[in-house]
Amino acid sequence: MGITKKATILAAGLGLVTLCACGSSGGGESGDSRTVTLVSHDSWAASKEVIAAFEKESGYRVKVLKDGDAGQAVNKAILTKGNPQGDVLFGVDNTLLSRALDNGIFQPYEPKDAGRVAPESRADQGRHRVTPVDTGDVCVNYDKEWFSEHKLTPPASFDDLIKPEYRNLLVTENAATSSPGLGFLLGTAARYGDGWPEYWKKLKANGVKVVDGWEQAYNEEFSGSAAGRKARADRPLVVSYASSPPAEVIYADPRPATAPTGVASGTCFRQVEYAGLLSNAENPEGGKALLDFLIGKRFQEDLPLNMFVYPVRDDAKVPADFAKFGPQAKNPQTLDPEEIAGHRDEWVKSWTSLVLK
Amino acid sequence: MAGPVVFFALFFAYPVVAIVGRGLKDGDGWHLARIGQVLAESGVRHVLWFTTWQALVSTALTLLVALPGAYVFARLDFPGKQVLRAVVTVPFVLPTVVVGTAFLALAGRGGLLDEVWGVRLDTTVWAILLAHVFFNYAVVVRTVGGLWAQLDPRQEEAARMLGASRAAAWRTVTLPALAPAVAAAALMVFLFTFTSFGVVQILGGPTFATLEVEIYRQTADVFDLSTAAVLTMIQFVAVGAVLAVHAWTVRRRESALRLVDASLTARQPRGAGQWALLAGVLLTVAVLLVLPLAVLVERSLDAPGFASYRALADADSGVFLVPPIEAIGTSLQYAAAATVIAVVIGGLAATALTRRDAGRLVRGFDALLMLPLGVSAVTVGFGFLIALDEPPLDLRSSWILVPLAQALVGVPFVVRTMLPVLRAVDTRLREAAAVLGASPWRVWREVDLPLVRRALLVAAGFAFAVSLGEFGATVFIARPDNPTLPVAVARLLGRPGETNYGQAMALSTILMVVCAVALLVLERLRTDRTGEF
Amino acid sequence: MLLSLRGATVRFGGRAVLDAVDLDVAEHEIVCVLGPSGSGKSTLLRVVAGLQEPDAGAVLLAGRDQAGVPAHRREVGLMFQDHQLFPQRDVGGNVAFGLRARGVPRAEQGERVRELLELVGLPGAARRAVAALSGGEQQRVALARALAPRPRLLMLDEPLGQLDRSLRERLVVELRELFGRLGTTVLAVTHDQGEAFALADRVVVMREGRIAQSGTPLEVWQRPADAFVARFLGFENVVEATVTGQNADTAWGKVPVPGDAPQGARTLLVRPAGVRLVPAGEGLRCRVAARTFRGTHVAVRLQPGDAPPLEAACALRAAPEAGDEVGVEFDPDEIVVLG
Repeated sequence: MGITKKATILAAGLGLVTLCACGSSGGGESGDSRTVTLVSHDSWAASKEVIAAFEKESGYRVKVLKDGDAGQAVNKAILTKGNPQGDVLFGVDNTLLSRALDNGIFQPYEPKDAGRVAPESRADQGRHRVTPVDTGDVCVNYDKEWFSEHKLTPPASFDDLIKPEYRNLLVTENAATSSPGLGFLLGTAARYGDGWPEYWKKLKANGVKVVDGWEQAYNEEFSGSAAGRKARADRPLVVSYASSPPAEVIYADPRPATAPTGVASGTCFRQVEYAGLLSNAENPEGGKALLDFLIGKRFQEDLPLNMFVYPVRDDAKVPADFAKFGPQAKNPQTLDPEEIAGHRDEWVKSWTSLVLK
Repeated sequence: MAGPVVFFALFFAYPVVAIVGRGLKDGDGWHLARIGQVLAESGVRHVLWFTTWQALVSTALTLLVALPGAYVFARLDFPGKQVLRAVVTVPFVLPTVVVGTAFLALAGRGGLLDEVWGVRLDTTVWAILLAHVFFNYAVVVRTVGGLWAQLDPRQEEAARMLGASRAAAWRTVTLPALAPAVAAAALMVFLFTFTSFGVVQILGGPTFATLEVEIYRQTADVFDLSTAAVLTMIQFVAVGAVLAVHAWTVRRRESALRLVDASLTARQPRGAGQWALLAGVLLTVAVLLVLPLAVLVERSLDAPGFASYRALADADSGVFLVPPIEAIGTSLQYAAAATVIAVVIGGLAATALTRRDAGRLVRGFDALLMLPLGVSAVTVGFGFLIALDEPPLDLRSSWILVPLAQALVGVPFVVRTMLPVLRAVDTRLREAAAVLGASPWRVWREVDLPLVRRALLVAAGFAFAVSLGEFGATVFIARPDNPTLPVAVARLLGRPGETNYGQAMALSTILMVVCAVALLVLERLRTDRTGEF
Repeated sequence: MLLSLRGATVRFGGRAVLDAVDLDVAEHEIVCVLGPSGSGKSTLLRVVAGLQEPDAGAVLLAGRDQAGVPAHRREVGLMFQDHQLFPQRDVGGNVAFGLRARGVPRAEQGERVRELLELVGLPGAARRAVAALSGGEQQRVALARALAPRPRLLMLDEPLGQLDRSLRERLVVELRELFGRLGTTVLAVTHDQGEAFALADRVVVMREGRIAQSGTPLEVWQRPADAFVARFLGFENVVEATVTGQNADTAWGKVPVPGDAPQGARTLLVRPAGVRLVPAGEGLRCRVAARTFRGTHVAVRLQPGDAPPLEAACALRAAPEAGDEVGVEFDPDEIVVLG
């Protein structure tokens, strides 16, 4: 092939690219106004019947796009702000909320039942760019069997974790790369204020182990989980969720009478997950209907056993198994999203150099 | 040639340029000063240093461990050789989520090393290095062993007749003939370890990071696109340099060597030395490669009565809208589509590269085809997102995007498998057909195709296995709820509870078996000149 | 003219492999290009076939310029030096290849394959594997394959090159007879003059990409155009000379030349038959260096003092022994003054 011929082909190829890049916007599969597209993270789950019921009532067909973990889903939504992949984004939590709001990826909408949302979960005062959907608590979990074998009382608070009897027992996640890891850091920041670095120094001195992600921490390091038992994991304390103990019961065959793990109730940090109508959505009406549905009673009651989180709606009933094995934390640490927005990057940076280096 | 060029322009160059541009563009102007700033950061320099260091050490270790294996697979006959050769290749195509877990069973707590010697490597850099050996063992065995098996032993015999000792004959005859293959294998291993992602992420913990991992963190977690863009460019330059050297060694390797049928050179081991070597290699393979895989199987069978497998068919597990077993169908379907794309694009490219009048530009394309192996999946995934967002190419939510991304990884394997075979086809055979009135298409179909059919099948099989195991790009691509096997495994591992874990192990085992079967079929098809994989 | 080359030039890396070649081949003519290896004769065929684009000049087939016409649309046949049979097809599949490429109906293909295999003397061989064929059989199959689509022009590259001598001599006669019967237009290249003379209506001698001489086999044989052609045809007795009247001054002394010979500084060819042996003491004094039996005659190599050696052809009985001293006289009828 001569150079000229090759150049022609290259030019043709690039021409095609340019053509595509400059083509008119709109269209695509989701252009159909009967379809509403929900973009979410990989943990999204809902019962078929509940979705089907919404489709039947509203006349919209729901298409769900799973787009990596929560952070990636938000990042991608920011990248595609001008031409979003869907109509509604679900799964922005309070630790990432400011990034989403500052980049203007949502347009305001106040869903029908917004008034039923528990006040402590509400955010974005009065502007309604996001709607809270569920809450979950990041808490230290403990291995019941280990503590009874060692005749030790499990820790109950942040202060307990730096006591010498709990030396070398805790494993947590990298706050820079893991959502529960960040939650735990924010929990200590909420608890100790500016004194959090001092606390972490002590925690480090007390032998805290940091791994990169929840999967490694929970499945490979934590002795209380089903996987950890197989892997002969040796840390009886892990930063996980308040909902992890019920999952250990529900996803066991046969189901044990009590959960093998427990929650250190004074170590919890409250995460709230939000959904919002994306700017430039193709089907804003469908998106609004979907948002109404997400805080509707039916979906809210379906949430716990699908995504292991608690509903935000004050009148939603939580399934008995779920409530029994994993009661919601009484007084979790909370932080205002603005507070998180102002300090998150700086905290993570100093945490990294303090704990990892 | 036009097809592959357009394919790579559209689905590789354009998305990657788009995402790098997003990171480095400041309003209308390019913000190139950022490059200097990022390079000046000590953290970045540390990552660069660690990336290079661990790649060099991993490569050296892999050669050390795998070269005896290459000899044994090439020159010795023993029962079960074919099966074993397929088995050692399985890790190479398994997704890292699975491998990381398996590998911890070897080197982690309660793993074999811990049991026997009380050694735990899971928190040290050794875990990364050993896992790289585990991953890349097959690359060396296949690339070097493939050639070794075909070197005419009579050349060495001739040297010995001329008075050279056994060692001298090996050093002066066999080693120079093997050297380019060893160099090519070393460079491939270096490339794979330099761009290592999953292994480092799972085994490296928060303290160790390669460039690839850092690009991922900067893009997906920190969302600092400009730093990610600079790192991507650094990686691009480094990988480009490695590929240039690789292309050079490949050309040298294609120089005329006296090759014979591989089945004629292997024989029963003789003497204590050869038996010891065989035993040593088998033991290495058993401990390093088979054991971690066996642990997966064992854990998947932990629940009585195949409960983990039966649970896969259960739609109510909650993790997915569909029973996890359907991930197998989805995976097979995606992998099939990816294979078709990879074979068509790779076949066209290889054909164009074989043309006698292929100019330097086209030969350069040979190396360019390998670049997708060296570009972070997150870069490609995010690039797809912002580049392919306008009709007629609004593919962002289309299922075809997943096979396209997988095909990007598959094409280099197809090209490298087909090229040596196509180059061995006598050009005048094609000319004979053309003079008889056959159009170029007919020439390809009637002359090349029948001669390269086996190589094509091998290439397709490899592309299939690689697509099946591809995780990085797949997980970054938004898709309706039909996860592939690796994605399903990752998602199951991401949830607490025994049945989830058991199902993850069961799906991993299924994936492993599918890969192994595909590779075994390939072993049967393997021809004498089927490239380096 | 069926084929015309006009100033056809091909350069490889600055060197002209084909240097402004003009060549015409008429319908039904058999032209043989003769030349040593590297003289550009194979390139000539490739240019005509469309496998090689000329850097300059034109190829015309039936008066039409072939620039930009790809090989598969030129409707010429080319038989490769080493046949290049398709290993994955049987004999019938090879012969039918060009027919299928041209979309000839299946039934007609079968008929034509049968007919051609019969023509080349391999009736019923259609189902045989090509790997099982002998060299001569492969040759025939290659020929049948090239003839099957009825090419306007059939080109043969060293058609008999790889065969042993007796087979070659038999086949060349068969080929000439066959081409004559079919009226095929043929352009062949070979380095073997015997083959060329036996096959061709016209011989074209090439040297370093240029045509050195073109003519009937008889013309070329009788009057080689220059020393190169003479030497290439196997003549050893070529010498520098100064022609004056009916005599020429050479390293072998005075040599008589034909009456109409051009005058001045020339090159002289003395055919071996023109070197007459006479008793020692007469003519040019020579020692017999060697003698080689050539079947019909004996070639005698003579060393005349420190002059260049001479080759003579003598009858079997009259041949001297090696080491004998003889005299030499020259016969002007067997002497050619080259251009």
